[in-house]
Amino acid sequence: MTILRVRDLTVRFGQRGAPKLTAVDGLSLTLRVGHTLALVGESGSGKSTVVKALARLLVPDAGEILLRDRPIGHGGRALRDYRRSVQVVFQDPFASLNPMHTVDHHLRRPLLRSPDRARGANLTVAVHELLRSVSLSPPADFAAKRPHELSGGQRQRVAIARALAPTPQVLLADEPVSMLDVSLRLEILNLLDRLKRERDLALLYVTHDLATARHFSSEVMVMYRGEVIEHGPSDQVILHPAHPYTRLLASAAPDPGRSRAELAEARRTRLDTRASEADHTAERRGALLDAGCRFRNRCPFAMQVCGSRPPTLTAAPGHTAKCWLFDESAVRSA
Amino acid sequence: MTGRTVDTPTGSAVRRPAAPDVILRAERVSVEYAGRHPVRAVRDVTLELRRGEVLGIAGESGCGKSTLAYALTRMLRPPAELTSGSIMFSGRDGTEIDVLALRPAALRAFRWQRISMVFQSAMNALNPVTSLRRQFADVYRTHRPDMSSEQRDSRARELLDMVGIDPRRINDYPHELSGGMRQRVVIAMALALEPEIVVMDEPTTALDVVVQREIIDEIERLRAQLGFSVVFITHDLSLLLETSDRLAVMYAGEIVEYGPTVTLHDAAAHPYTQGLLRSFPDLRGEARELRGVPGHPPDLSRDLVGCPFAPRCEHAFDPCRRVAPVLADPSASTAGRTGGEADLIGRRVACHLHDPLHQESR
Repeated sequence: MTILRVRDLTVRFGQRGAPKLTAVDGLSLTLRVGHTLALVGESGSGKSTVVKALARLLVPDAGEILLRDRPIGHGGRALRDYRRSVQVVFQDPFASLNPMHTVDHHLRRPLLRSPDRARGANLTVAVHELLRSVSLSPPADFAAKRPHELSGGQRQRVAIARALAPTPQVLLADEPVSMLDVSLRLEILNLLDRLKRERDLALLYVTHDLATARHFSSEVMVMYRGEVIEHGPSDQVILHPAHPYTRLLASAAPDPGRSRAELAEARRTRLDTRASEADHTAERRGALLDAGCRFRNRCPFAMQVCGSRPPTLTAAPGHTAKCWLFDESAVRSA
Repeated sequence: MTGRTVDTPTGSAVRRPAAPDVILRAERVSVEYAGRHPVRAVRDVTLELRRGEVLGIAGESGCGKSTLAYALTRMLRPPAELTSGSIMFSGRDGTEIDVLALRPAALRAFRWQRISMVFQSAMNALNPVTSLRRQFADVYRTHRPDMSSEQRDSRARELLDMVGIDPRRINDYPHELSGGMRQRVVIAMALALEPEIVVMDEPTTALDVVVQREIIDEIERLRAQLGFSVVFITHDLSLLLETSDRLAVMYAGEIVEYGPTVTLHDAAAHPYTQGLLRSFPDLRGEARELRGVPGHPPDLSRDLVGCPFAPRCEHAFDPCRRVAPVLADPSASTAGRTGGEADLIGRRVACHLHDPLHQESR
């Protein structure tokens, strides 16, 4: 069941002395109950801006966001209801919790604003219930602590409990584990996965880690400079990437399964291609301003036709890519 | 270049097991953070770095890996204090330096020229209010006072070019560079005086995968070109499996397993290493059971009884809670177990599971 539908979301940021930067350009996505959609891409691709727009921390310049087929509205009850239903877990649990307040305080406040408004002793019960659901027990001990007494993993659990307090239907997890130790990451991701199932949440998992995106989501969307350039079932996108950018991402991810000879070979190929590249930044700015494919300056398959903006084409059933390589007539004439 | 282990690190280790070309040797190093309850962050760590190799040090936050890095470069500051141990450096030119005995002036000359460091946060390692030109000039003004300003400039440009940054950006300030470029600058600065060892503390942790890959490739290329040795510290074991020749896994301030990376990858002997290896999903492989390492490390301000990993270990048995295991060769017989001593050429693990003494009680 679709719970959140986004159509043609566009966010622009003003820049001093330069034209506006389009951080998110016509992005559409749907989040379904009990499913995880992974949004992957490099730093600066616009992933976090999408989260901010969906959490309504910023107002998009264009596009439509529908929660249960209803638009957000511009204020008052509709917006409050939306914000309660769509909650965020931020990247940095060291910055997202207030060092002055106890865990109890962090969880009590959103509970006080939730629809069934527990009071008094019931409120304490509800706080403990939340802590138990994120496996922080004994809950009474954790409730009394302040963030500095907790480890990174425990802090992130508190942040998740806080996001769950207003009983949301959509959870936006913006790089929820990238600040944590590798040994803790899986526990947090397993926790999010369990909560998603238990509470029928729709989950947006924003990450730059392809391996966890593959294992914890049913679908993957790849963003590049504000656009979705590939979208499909997780295994399809990561094992058989269609867009040249996704192929680059997949080849850059650590893959300890490969032998040392294979690694050395891959490294040589990469160094050779990089040596032939011109100044990166100038080229990036240029590519953003003109009308062509944004990846074409880094793309090993660039053709004449890439000077015009590629449409979203089908690479395989249910698997799309914004790339001319999947237009037969374009490839034939190249 | 003869005798280097640059190109075939693992192969040469097998060929010449008797006399590896050791450049830095730390013996039984312990570091304490003073306070009402002193924290013993590094406990009796012995390790050696060979010329031209990448030695990986892996472990969770708080396991003492960064403290160890600071100890190796003598950059510990109070309340941290090196309480015991020795660190010996053997230079390319044959000089033997007792790192812990260096007086302030000699220490200044030793650091950066012999051993330099790349820090995790490039933004904090660079001065935000001065240009790159000034920051490179500072290094040379201190360490090479007889260089002219033209020489300093051209050397700085060379270094930028070497790490893949347009030398015309020498007048840029750190905020004008992307995260990956800043990390390249920090690496260029670490190489400014052609050190023989570069200690890298989480050099790519704050970067995204594509940039991380670029930096790793860059380090690998520069190492092949300049022949320095690397101590590479990170919590990301999957990265070390690719980049390091040998690997030390730290837990609760101790090295719990140590050996050639290939061996650790294929046949990890310590349950903690096995847990770390299970902590990241395989990009292309079949979905497998993923559970990380549940629990948390012990409080290092308390006395540890038995194996520090025992409370989190699924294989813990009777002796683990009573007797602390020592680092030993997992394949050796009881008689051959030397326990944390000199010979660290092969493979070592600190775990009772591999101690023939405890075979019966399992």
